[in-house]
Amino acid sequence: MPTEIPSSPVIEVAGVTKTFAGVQALRDVDFTLQRGEIHALVGENGAGKSTLIKVLTGIHTPDAGRITRDGHISTIYQEVNLVPLMSVSANLFLGREPRNRFGLIDRARRDADAAELLRGYGITADVSSPLGTLAVGEQQMVALARAVAAEADVVIMDEPTSSLEPREVETLLGVVQKLHEEGIAIIYVSHRMDELYRICDTVTVLRDGVNVHSGPLKELPRIELVSLMLGRSVKEIENHGTTAFGEDHHADAEPVLEATGLTSKPRINGVSVAIRPGEVVGLAGLLGSGRTETAKAIIGALPIDGGTVLVAGTPVPRTVKAATRAGISMLAEDRKTEGIIPNLSVRENIVLAALPRLSRFGVTSRSKQDRIVDTFIKRLRIKVSSPEQKVAELSGGNQQKVLLARWLCTEPRILLLDEPTRGIDVGAKAEVQALIDELAREGLAVLLISSELDELLDGADRLVVLRDGSVAGELEGDQLTREHVLKAIAAEVTDDSDHASTH
Amino acid sequence: MTATLTKATPTMAARTKVLQRQGAAVALVLMVAVSWLVFPRFGSLDNLRDLALQGSFLAVIAIGMTFVIITGGIDLSVGSVYALGGVLAAWGSQYGFLVALALPLVVCGLIGLINGLLIARTNMAPFIVTLASLLFARGLLLVITDEGANTYQIPADSAFVELGRGTVFGFGYPIFVAAVLAVLGGMVLNRTNFGQNVFATGGAEQSAVLLGVPVAKTKVLVYTMSGTLAGLAGALTAAYLQSGVTVIGVGLELDAIAVVVIGGTLLTGGMGTVLGTVIGVGLIKVIQNVINQIGTLDSNYQSVVSGVFLLIVVVLQRILRR
Ligand SMILES: Nc1ncnc2c1ncn2[C@@H]1O[C@H](COP(=O)(O)OP(=O)(O)OP(=O)(O)O)[C@@H](O)[C@H]1O
Ligand SMILES: [Mg+2]
Repeated sequence: MPTEIPSSPVIEVAGVTKTFAGVQALRDVDFTLQRGEIHALVGENGAGKSTLIKVLTGIHTPDAGRITRDGHISTIYQEVNLVPLMSVSANLFLGREPRNRFGLIDRARRDADAAELLRGYGITADVSSPLGTLAVGEQQMVALARAVAAEADVVIMDEPTSSLEPREVETLLGVVQKLHEEGIAIIYVSHRMDELYRICDTVTVLRDGVNVHSGPLKELPRIELVSLMLGRSVKEIENHGTTAFGEDHHADAEPVLEATGLTSKPRINGVSVAIRPGEVVGLAGLLGSGRTETAKAIIGALPIDGGTVLVAGTPVPRTVKAATRAGISMLAEDRKTEGIIPNLSVRENIVLAALPRLSRFGVTSRSKQDRIVDTFIKRLRIKVSSPEQKVAELSGGNQQKVLLARWLCTEPRILLLDEPTRGIDVGAKAEVQALIDELAREGLAVLLISSELDELLDGADRLVVLRDGSVAGELEGDQLTREHVLKAIAAEVTDDSDHASTH
Repeated sequence: MTATLTKATPTMAARTKVLQRQGAAVALVLMVAVSWLVFPRFGSLDNLRDLALQGSFLAVIAIGMTFVIITGGIDLSVGSVYALGGVLAAWGSQYGFLVALALPLVVCGLIGLINGLLIARTNMAPFIVTLASLLFARGLLLVITDEGANTYQIPADSAFVELGRGTVFGFGYPIFVAAVLAVLGGMVLNRTNFGQNVFATGGAEQSAVLLGVPVAKTKVLVYTMSGTLAGLAGALTAAYLQSGVTVIGVGLELDAIAVVVIGGTLLTGGMGTVLGTVIGVGLIKVIQNVINQIGTLDSNYQSVVSGVFLLIVVVLQRILRR
């Protein structure tokens, strides 16, 4: 890692303030990005990171303050911001398409260039198919490729790894390293401490819209960084471990959910999973190994070619409605397209799925709703100005919390969680994990999908490992170690375990 | 909320694409084949020429509508603007060919520009804005024609009439105008940066903004284009009819929207083709033509049949998109 940092700022921000109706997202923030450095931007959900980025790129105009930019900025925003209906190659080159000699877009060359470019990121999908047909992680890689190909002086990445698998994270970090070597400055937002300590030179901590610390990262112990982010003392944080999961749960003998031979070509092929009440079963595997598809097949959202789903021994008809009635709920991976209703309020979004249960003769009790909503807002530390605030106005992590709350308050018997802590900050993450733990203790059966190995290892009592759409193995007890899992996930991933040793 | 849980798999998307693209084409081929066999007069060169000519006016309007709908918008003003264009052309023809052609293009283009500016800058709903200009254009037309009492005639020997009535191998000029515009439209949509911006704007407006797409400018342009093309269609019609008929174009916007949607363009935006629209025009015109051939059938059935057809297409789109 290069050490010499020439002191000529590419971006300089002085005294920036930004207020949204009722919420002060940024307060008198100073921020400097030096040429060639990798600058971590951290803070709790709703601290103002994305807002600061949008101010830097000119999407938001600040209420006060001064911004000086020296060079071209290319940005990957927090949510994948591409156009799902357009082809992968059209997305990649939107705004700088290769032209033929008549000045028209050269589609053949665009496709060829796109395919070649993406191969470097490990994506082999058909570039002429609509972007929306790609998995979220792949879309994220397309966004990365797009941002890098723009040949900017500054690349900003707002939680680029939140929807990536360990192997893709490696690819991304490799790209960051390469950009760094080319002298390009990078602003890197992430809630994953490992990544930050691996690649970042400097750090800026935002808390409630205020810059509470800027300085070199390496000299700052991890625990102090967390304490700066949360605004709590180091001692208070030391009492918690890395994850907030408790010990193993006492599961009943009879499984409440039995999915057998689920097949939906070409994504999954004969996957079987059984979960007992009070048990947390993890689904591990690489991107495209069929984890999300398995969960969707269980809840009836994916048409299947074969297989059965039994809840407490009774077959469930293959519709989401029937599955929900049987007590299955699912937190979907892609909150933007699958769940969040941006123009409804936080309260409405939370109680949406539980409405049938909360209402009598079609009339819902408002006070009951308010009570539930208040509980979850407090428990999950959802940062809102009021429960009536539109969900669209929340920060990314807080939207995720709202979705989580929605499915938790349906009081399901079986909860399928696809990346439940994606984009959620360290403080709230522990809270979510503790909540999952608590619910399992009360007898809920949980299927947990996470690309964070630690979360799977600590949270799950048992791991089902998927590879290429089939079950490649099951791990239990002392087999629940990093090495075992990685070996089971993919034979070729062998040297992947070093990046977690920064604890 | 449950329906949004699924995401199209690649094979499904491919199938959807084929059916959406080719569905209308397949229907058109079938319709033509059956009509040819059942009605001997259908296949006559005269009838086909007439069919193409009738379709060309609608096609010119529908090309503009295709762009508007792909951006996720709608233009209800085209019927009135079309009629206004015809009247302006007829009135202008007394000052020569250029005025007859340029006047409707400029005035109708301006109406489109205002539509676009209002929609892009004030964030008003396209439905409302263009509904207002539908009324405005019709009103303006009535003002300049003395409540419609005054129908401007185009001198039969004027060069402008030639534009509507001239033929090559018996095929009217408007057919060629529409054909050229369709090819150009397809090229602009798929092979230019503006076309890509149109798709991006309709596909995911918020994302398009973050991707650096000039969303507002794109919207202004498509409405301007739609207005201009409606004016051109009106001018061509006036040249063909040799007069600025005031009562035409009522409800034409709905025909235009219908053929665009039948042609596979998503009413919600983000996806569509000019070719599909042309096929949609063909379908509607063939249906109308056949109903005329039956003779005993009330011509009001045209609307009934087109309506049913549209419904089928929209339902199919919905099912296929799941
Ligand atoms: N368009 C908006 N309207 C109203 N409030 C907003 C808007 N955008 C952001 N906010 C508020 O500003 C605050 C900061 O949000 P921001 O998205 O910058 O947080 P963040 O640090 O990126 O969080 P996360 O880690 O969850 O992504 C939040 O309280 C959020 O609700
Ligand atoms: Mg954010």
